[in-house]
Amino acid sequence: MNSEKKAYTLSILVEDTPGVLSQVARLFSRKGYNIESICAGPTRSPGTTRISVVAICDEAEIHQLATQLSKLLLVISVDVLEGEESIQRELCLIKVKADTREVREGIIQIINVFRANIVDFGTDSLVIAAVGTSDKIRAMMKLLEDYGILETVNTGLVALQRGEKTIHDQNKLKDEYNYGKNLH
Amino acid sequence: MKVKSTVAILECLLEQGVDTIFGYPGGTILNIYDELYDYQDRLHHILTAHEQGAAHAADGYARATGKVGVCFATSGPGATNLTTGIATAYYDSSPVVFITCNVTENLLGKDAFQEVDITGIAMPITKATYLVRDPETIPDILREAFAVAATGRPGPVLIDFLKNVTAPDVLIDYEPMERKEHIKHGRLQALTHRIGWDIKTPEPNHEDIRKLAEMVQNSEKPLLICGGGVVRGRAHEQFRALAEKIDAPVAITVMGGGGFPGGHELATGMIGMHGSQASNMACDNCDLLIAVGCRFSDRVALDPETFASNAKIVHIDIDRAEIGKNVRTDHHIIGDAKRVLELLCEMVEPMEHTRWKNFIFSYPKRVAYEDKPDQLTPQQVLETIRQIVPGDSIVATDVGQHQMWTIQHFNFDYPGQLLTSGGFGTMGFGLGAALGAKVGCPDKTVLHITGDGCFRMNGQEMATESHYDIPVITFVFDNRTLGMVRQWQNLIYHKRFSQTDLDFAPDFVKLAEAYGLKGKRVTNVQELEDAIHEALEWGHGYVVDCMIDTDEMVRPMVGGGQPITNFMLI
Repeated sequence: MNSEKKAYTLSILVEDTPGVLSQVARLFSRKGYNIESICAGPTRSPGTTRISVVAICDEAEIHQLATQLSKLLLVISVDVLEGEESIQRELCLIKVKADTREVREGIIQIINVFRANIVDFGTDSLVIAAVGTSDKIRAMMKLLEDYGILETVNTGLVALQRGEKTIHDQNKLKDEYNYGKNLH
Repeated sequence: MKVKSTVAILECLLEQGVDTIFGYPGGTILNIYDELYDYQDRLHHILTAHEQGAAHAADGYARATGKVGVCFATSGPGATNLTTGIATAYYDSSPVVFITCNVTENLLGKDAFQEVDITGIAMPITKATYLVRDPETIPDILREAFAVAATGRPGPVLIDFLKNVTAPDVLIDYEPMERKEHIKHGRLQALTHRIGWDIKTPEPNHEDIRKLAEMVQNSEKPLLICGGGVVRGRAHEQFRALAEKIDAPVAITVMGGGGFPGGHELATGMIGMHGSQASNMACDNCDLLIAVGCRFSDRVALDPETFASNAKIVHIDIDRAEIGKNVRTDHHIIGDAKRVLELLCEMVEPMEHTRWKNFIFSYPKRVAYEDKPDQLTPQQVLETIRQIVPGDSIVATDVGQHQMWTIQHFNFDYPGQLLTSGGFGTMGFGLGAALGAKVGCPDKTVLHITGDGCFRMNGQEMATESHYDIPVITFVFDNRTLGMVRQWQNLIYHKRFSQTDLDFAPDFVKLAEAYGLKGKRVTNVQELEDAIHEALEWGHGYVVDCMIDTDEMVRPMVGGGQPITNFMLI
């Protein structure tokens, strides 16, 4: 088993009941893991919410977290998403100081490269909406820093499995967490 | 059928076969208690001295009978007084439904009198919590709660009713339903479609069991660990059949007490921090370790890195999340202990391991304590009790030295015979649990073995014992100190006895008498024998205050985090 620590994304399908988000979040804290980002929103089927959580841990820990989460009554299914096999995106809104024309043009050049959008155009500031991987957003942010970032807000990562596999295939009974069966 | 919501609540309890409730009333739960007045003939309510006592009693009742325990308390302090009891049940996987009430809807979140977010507080120490705001959901939620508490790996659940939900003018639709029908309706039915949630017990993977059978057949030095899952799953017969068929020694955890007969020739005694030399040496030398319903806690697998390092470790558990949590295993089987062991037993051929057994049993299974001239030794107390009381007596303990001595010296033969707070280590658990067990099993003799420190926590339940005339015999291991803490101070903290002296404790005999019980202080075996005979003949609550040495220690002992054979005391 891989003992290298890295960022894993857990996709958690839950019943949309009061307290479910805190129940999920508390499981991380009481088991001693830090949440890098957490993001929750409704799904197509009424009464269910999908929560995406990014946590830094090793392989054994992520499986332990997934099985512990599966035990929660309000959790319908849990999927561990890893880098290559999944698509991961976050949305970031960035308010940048832009009080001269030169500055505005410079910023527009940057956001064009990153395919971000200006969603609010003021005389002294701009709000930029950027969607992408964490790396892309970090890179863009770094360039914008020269102009003076006033504030930012980030949704945290959301992720989906590539291909036709979905979270609904993650029936909890399936032997997906068969780590430990290293006997041949 | 339209009924009052409180009627629906109590009818739902009757549907589940509940006949006994432990609890304590208060402002917000008054509506339910008012309804209970009309149900006195069907629902026996036991009013304890403190909500914590009620929680432990419901827990003890559940552990002894195998049924789901029920406990009532009011909002705010009533509810928070339950929390230690809830956590105790959670850590030892005991099925209890806790019912509390909260303030009315319009006061919710206003920091009203006796308001507390108990569903939030209880979240990490329950299998599920429910805040009931809609009266129509009452039958569905109660049916679900009982199923959740009892199925899979059992555990406590908490239901918090808002007071307005239980108001006398609230009428709801309620249709009586037999318990076996519950799973076909409402939320429970929805849960069965999420099969992973163990409302239905999954059939273990036969291929995995076949693989294990092969491992057993190839093993020359097998060791079985009997954990709490064998007790909760009532898999003791299957466990014994397997152990005898493959002739494998059996080490027993604290929670496993009663899962395998302690006096059996294959039993090596307790394993872990205070495990016998036989158990711990077996663990270190075996080539195959099969742990059944055991979670490799830090008191068993003290050092996970060196634990059973010469063995292939196999873990059988109903809870998938336990696999690989504390100890890296080589093979595992998810399933109910009874079913897995039954299948495994069919697949293995009879074996003999005479040499391996000879090796293990060359180490002692029990410690011999030296007799002392003027004081009782723990061994004398326990041997004397064991010789006089019926062999099937139920034993409830508190936590500390007396608990370890009891488990080392008594033989527990069936699930529910030993009631002890193994996981959470709750001082003050014993008396409540003993009362609950006696109520649930009135034909059994029930003993409560405690220490002078523990007895001062929740000792007020003697009032309950006396009022309801629940005959429990309490044995206090009175060493005038917090023995286990002192033992650590003696061994690890250079004899700096910080805050462990209890030489100002009350006179337990007088205290017992004040509550209407009988008591006797004993300093030698003869007095102890007389007291036990008197207690058995008297047939009511009785307290035996057994004077033992302040510096008596629990042996053997392995330090926390140490390899299991690094005995600091033998």
